[in-house]
Amino acid sequence: MTVAMGSMKAGEPVFYVVDEHEHPEGSSTMLGFWIYLMSDCLIFAILFAVYGVLGAKYAAGPAPKDLFDLSLVAVNTSFLLLSSLTYGFAMLSMQQNRVGAMQAWLAITGLFGLAFLGIELTEFAHMIHEGATPQRSAFLSSFFTLVGTHGLHVTFGLIWLVTLMVQVKTYGLIEANRRRLVCLSMFWHFLDVIWIGVFTFVYLMGMLR
Amino acid sequence: MRYWKSLALLPLGLALGGCNLVVLAPSGDVAAQQRDLVIIATVLMLLIVVPVMAATAIVAWRYRQSNEAATYTPDWDHSTQLELLIWAAPLLIIICLGAVTWMGTHLLDPYRTLGRIAADRPVTPQDKPLEVNVVALDWKWLFIYPEYGVASVNELAAPVNRPLDFRITSSSVMNSFYIPALAGQIYAMPGMQSRLHAVINKPGVYRGFSANYSGAGFSGMRFAFHGLSDAEFAGWVDKAKASGQQLTKPDYLVLERPSANEPVRYYASVDSDLFRAILNMCVETGKMCMSEMMAIDARGGMGMAGVRNTLPLAYDKFAGRGAVFGAEPSFVAGGVCLPGDQVTRMAEDSSPTVLAPLDWTPLQGRGLERPSLMRPSKASFTGPTSKSNS
Amino acid sequence: MFDTADLTKLIFGRLTLESLPLHEPIIVGTFAMVALGGLALFGAITYFRLWGYLWREWFTTVDHKRIGIMYMVLGIVMLLRGFADALMMRLQQAIAFNGSEGYLNSHHYDQVFTAHGVIMIFFVAMPLVTGLMNYVVPLQIGARDVSFPFLNNFSFWMTTAGAVLVMCSLFVGEFARTGWLAYPPLSNLSYSPDVGVDYYIWALQVAGVGTLLSGVNLICTIVKMRAPGMTMMKMPVFTWTSLCTNVLIVASFPVLTAVLALLSLDRYVGTNFFTNDFGGDPMMYVNLIWIWGHPEVYILILPAFGIFSEVTSTFSGKRLFGYTSMVYATVVITILSYLVWLHHFFTMGSGASVNSFFGITTMIISIPTGAKMFNWLFTMYRGRIRFELPMMWTVAFMLTFVIGGMTGVLLAVPPADFVLHNSLFLVAHFHNVIIGGVLFGLFAGIAYWFPKAFGFKLDVFWGKMSFWFWTVGFYFAFMPLYVLGLMGVTRRLRTFDDPSLQIWFVIAGIGAFLILLGIASFLIQIAVSILRREQLADVSGDPWDARTLEWATSSPPPAYNFAFTPVVHDNDAWWDMKRRGYVRPLAGFKAIHMPSNTGTGVILAGLSTTMAFGLIWYMWWMAAGSFVALLAVAIGHTFNYHRSFHIPADEVVSVERARTELLAAGAKS
Repeated sequence: MTVAMGSMKAGEPVFYVVDEHEHPEGSSTMLGFWIYLMSDCLIFAILFAVYGVLGAKYAAGPAPKDLFDLSLVAVNTSFLLLSSLTYGFAMLSMQQNRVGAMQAWLAITGLFGLAFLGIELTEFAHMIHEGATPQRSAFLSSFFTLVGTHGLHVTFGLIWLVTLMVQVKTYGLIEANRRRLVCLSMFWHFLDVIWIGVFTFVYLMGMLR
Repeated sequence: MRYWKSLALLPLGLALGGCNLVVLAPSGDVAAQQRDLVIIATVLMLLIVVPVMAATAIVAWRYRQSNEAATYTPDWDHSTQLELLIWAAPLLIIICLGAVTWMGTHLLDPYRTLGRIAADRPVTPQDKPLEVNVVALDWKWLFIYPEYGVASVNELAAPVNRPLDFRITSSSVMNSFYIPALAGQIYAMPGMQSRLHAVINKPGVYRGFSANYSGAGFSGMRFAFHGLSDAEFAGWVDKAKASGQQLTKPDYLVLERPSANEPVRYYASVDSDLFRAILNMCVETGKMCMSEMMAIDARGGMGMAGVRNTLPLAYDKFAGRGAVFGAEPSFVAGGVCLPGDQVTRMAEDSSPTVLAPLDWTPLQGRGLERPSLMRPSKASFTGPTSKSNS
Repeated sequence: MFDTADLTKLIFGRLTLESLPLHEPIIVGTFAMVALGGLALFGAITYFRLWGYLWREWFTTVDHKRIGIMYMVLGIVMLLRGFADALMMRLQQAIAFNGSEGYLNSHHYDQVFTAHGVIMIFFVAMPLVTGLMNYVVPLQIGARDVSFPFLNNFSFWMTTAGAVLVMCSLFVGEFARTGWLAYPPLSNLSYSPDVGVDYYIWALQVAGVGTLLSGVNLICTIVKMRAPGMTMMKMPVFTWTSLCTNVLIVASFPVLTAVLALLSLDRYVGTNFFTNDFGGDPMMYVNLIWIWGHPEVYILILPAFGIFSEVTSTFSGKRLFGYTSMVYATVVITILSYLVWLHHFFTMGSGASVNSFFGITTMIISIPTGAKMFNWLFTMYRGRIRFELPMMWTVAFMLTFVIGGMTGVLLAVPPADFVLHNSLFLVAHFHNVIIGGVLFGLFAGIAYWFPKAFGFKLDVFWGKMSFWFWTVGFYFAFMPLYVLGLMGVTRRLRTFDDPSLQIWFVIAGIGAFLILLGIASFLIQIAVSILRREQLADVSGDPWDARTLEWATSSPPPAYNFAFTPVVHDNDAWWDMKRRGYVRPLAGFKAIHMPSNTGTGVILAGLSTTMAFGLIWYMWWMAAGSFVALLAVAIGHTFNYHRSFHIPADEVVSVERARTELLAAGAKS
């Protein structure tokens, strides 16, 4: 960007930009989205902390080892991790401008996400059916809230994913859509990281307790 | 310290004439020491606050625009010496205040037993503390004297110069137990026990109340605190005994129902297990005691066997739990739950107590023993009798 | 299938005719007045055919300046409601002696003090602070707008939606009777089964979304959109304090959101986070809410500190003393504000070591705050102080705030807190810092930047009336409360049994009345200034001979703020430009790229309001319907890719030419 002005002599201070280029639209979007993610991360931090405080308050009811099916959760976890991987492939395709491949990878990502949600809901339904409801104990309240909040995020991620696929199909890989895809990618990987925390802290450590 | 006290009180005393500044003129030794801390901290801060206020006024006046004679240095914006000074001056004050705070907080910890009855009178082994169990109800106070087997509502009495050991809880919502003339306040929390050690030095009638808003009848949660001579206190106990009233668990369940502005009431005898049951939220028959629930949880819960066993665990009583999406409470009172009376008194009296040194000399100054950092946490809600164990 | 009762319940949830307080003369009277006023306003707008104008130019605007002004209007309107609550409390406490019940029963009184706290913090102080930041920050950093102009509009309307919900609770149902932080178990369904706490939760949740997004927005704006040459250490102090405040917002409001979400799960779903049952822990709520609550205090006070820095330096005609230490002090306060939350409940019994740790961290905050105080003092030292309104507020602040700071440090000493906690001493303390700090700062800021926003100064006579009524009224209203606190009187009491206290409450009531005159004078000041705008006009754009970039452009600034983006060489950028012979460019204008207005923010906030209303009253169809609509509108909005336009060069030329003529006329006269 040039900050000189024609009529000014060299050496004199320059007080305004003459030859200004337009700010590219959305130049702050990545930073803004990143800050939003960190604030979302704080919500999870609180939920983790709450689980840390209440996680052993079984209220003379069932404990993690009575409820969790680790093999199911392992399958679930691998689905979510794989979906992150496939999203990565989608982003690679985007950079090579291969729209079809990208859409396919996004669709696979969405299917993995759906499968993850399905398994999670099955797990919830099973627990509730057995009487281990969120109302049963403080441990279960915090468990359902922490895992459920993550699941809710995945649900919104899926809605967003579908919306973006439609937008890419309609408007093509324009700059705005690329930006949005990168944002969703950050969101999706963020959910993965949160899930790794949930898996370790809630499921694995719960079984060890 | 005496001089400071009288100096600081002088202008206030002049301004306030006859009004009763009980916080600055209490009748109990603990409150008196807390008052001393208030005054020391105020004086320490006035050391910097008064010069700042004076300087603000002087500078604002001297450098007013119309005063052409004053120096004007529009570009002067830095001076390392001054910067050092403006950070160092508050720092020094805070270092002093921090030291005072650290010592004062440990010495005046409400969980710590008393070391002295008054400034010139240390506690001796003969000074057996009087235990009083305090329950904040909706919206009145229940005081139980386990030593005498009596209880009272909305009236508290204690002999002067005898250490008092309050064990405080609440039946439903949070309150704060506060007698300004006696000692600072402490929260009364349901299912948890907080403690307060104090002593009253002068006979008299003092105000006590709840200092934390607790609902509609909050304003009426007042009680009179009587500081009595030993003989008068014995008379007070006899008066309670003469009332003929019983406080059994069923009576308590009637008493704990919400009511405001209750008159004073005495009970000649009290179920000896009542306070423990209140604290563990198992006065009602069929409720599982908190202590038992915590013991089961510490062993890893009760597995799926306990999953539908919810009724004994629902303690909030007045409105019922009408959550819109909540499951219906199960009425399967399984054989797993024992009524409160039969529950083992697990570790109840191990509620940690901090012992004060009986030798009081360190407080005077040189050679003060620093309180240990490694002392076990005494948070009421981490004690084994309370319901959470973080 | 349904009988009528079931159907009514399905449609209206728990809303019945009894929920409308028709039997309460005070509320019916208030409602009548509000309705009449509203009707008159509505009629006037319709009569003068202003709806289209308001919708196009204001409601849907994405211009940070207009949004900032709307925030200020919201804050001032809500100040009237919050202050009415304060007057009611003062009156009740002044007469409820000798067995008198006063004129409010506990059902009302308890709502009044809860609403007073909630409104004053969330819907007065927050909008006023956010409004000033919104207006001033982009101008100070030489930007044309914020990073996310649409989000800015949306944030404002979400804040307004929260305020609407609180106002709604006055006439439909009731507000919480729990105190402004709604501690459980009292706020749980078992002890507060009515809609009050639900209004509280949803008003704060909806407004919280707005606050959080505006925090993200302003951080991005400050980080990304500064004019060339403005390094971090060349930013004006107000921008610095705004940055720190918004960092605090982003790092603390999620905590509030999470805590309130858990409380609402307890109330709606029957979970056991904060119940006495099933292993729940009410004291966890107290901890969590104060992890948000303490930073919140600094969210309010830091921008006020920034305002005082700007004002002191401008009206002393002098560079700010110790800019670097001022910045570091701000940052240190920002960080430390997360390490002190437990000082709000020393009396919970956390043990001496924990209590003294938090007590000492609290005291440490007074070190940077003290340093700031000295910085302002040395800025005034050897200056040429013009006692215009902003400077008067600043000096009043310096003298008042040190008292509040002193009592605050006193309360940070745990044993002292044991005797003063929850007492009127505490109430006096936080009003001392919030009125003496935040509010005085806001008034200084309003008087300082008003000419920038509207092109004419505020009337000085009525400004001085407001100043003196507020200042004297403050001392009359709150010094008695310090005394009462030392007499062992606790807060939130409705009736008293000790007649010797009454005189102090009467004095405090007189103080509140003086403050009422202060507020009235402030409103008169604005009205008079509008009437006398010709005499008070400022054409220069720089009426105070000020120092930062916002004064480089016209008053009011054009939609694009700066025809050419300024280049900064000094932290007093405009002062530097004036001194080194800056010449305003008169030619070479180009078309300017600006964001377009949109009504989506209004619609989304409206849907959030109906969703919250449905949730509060258990009208599930309304909540669900609003939620689906919300989602649909939000997704629909993302299909709009055309969100900006160009202001043509011709228009820029004509706007700038008009300014040139005005400046010439101003120079002549």
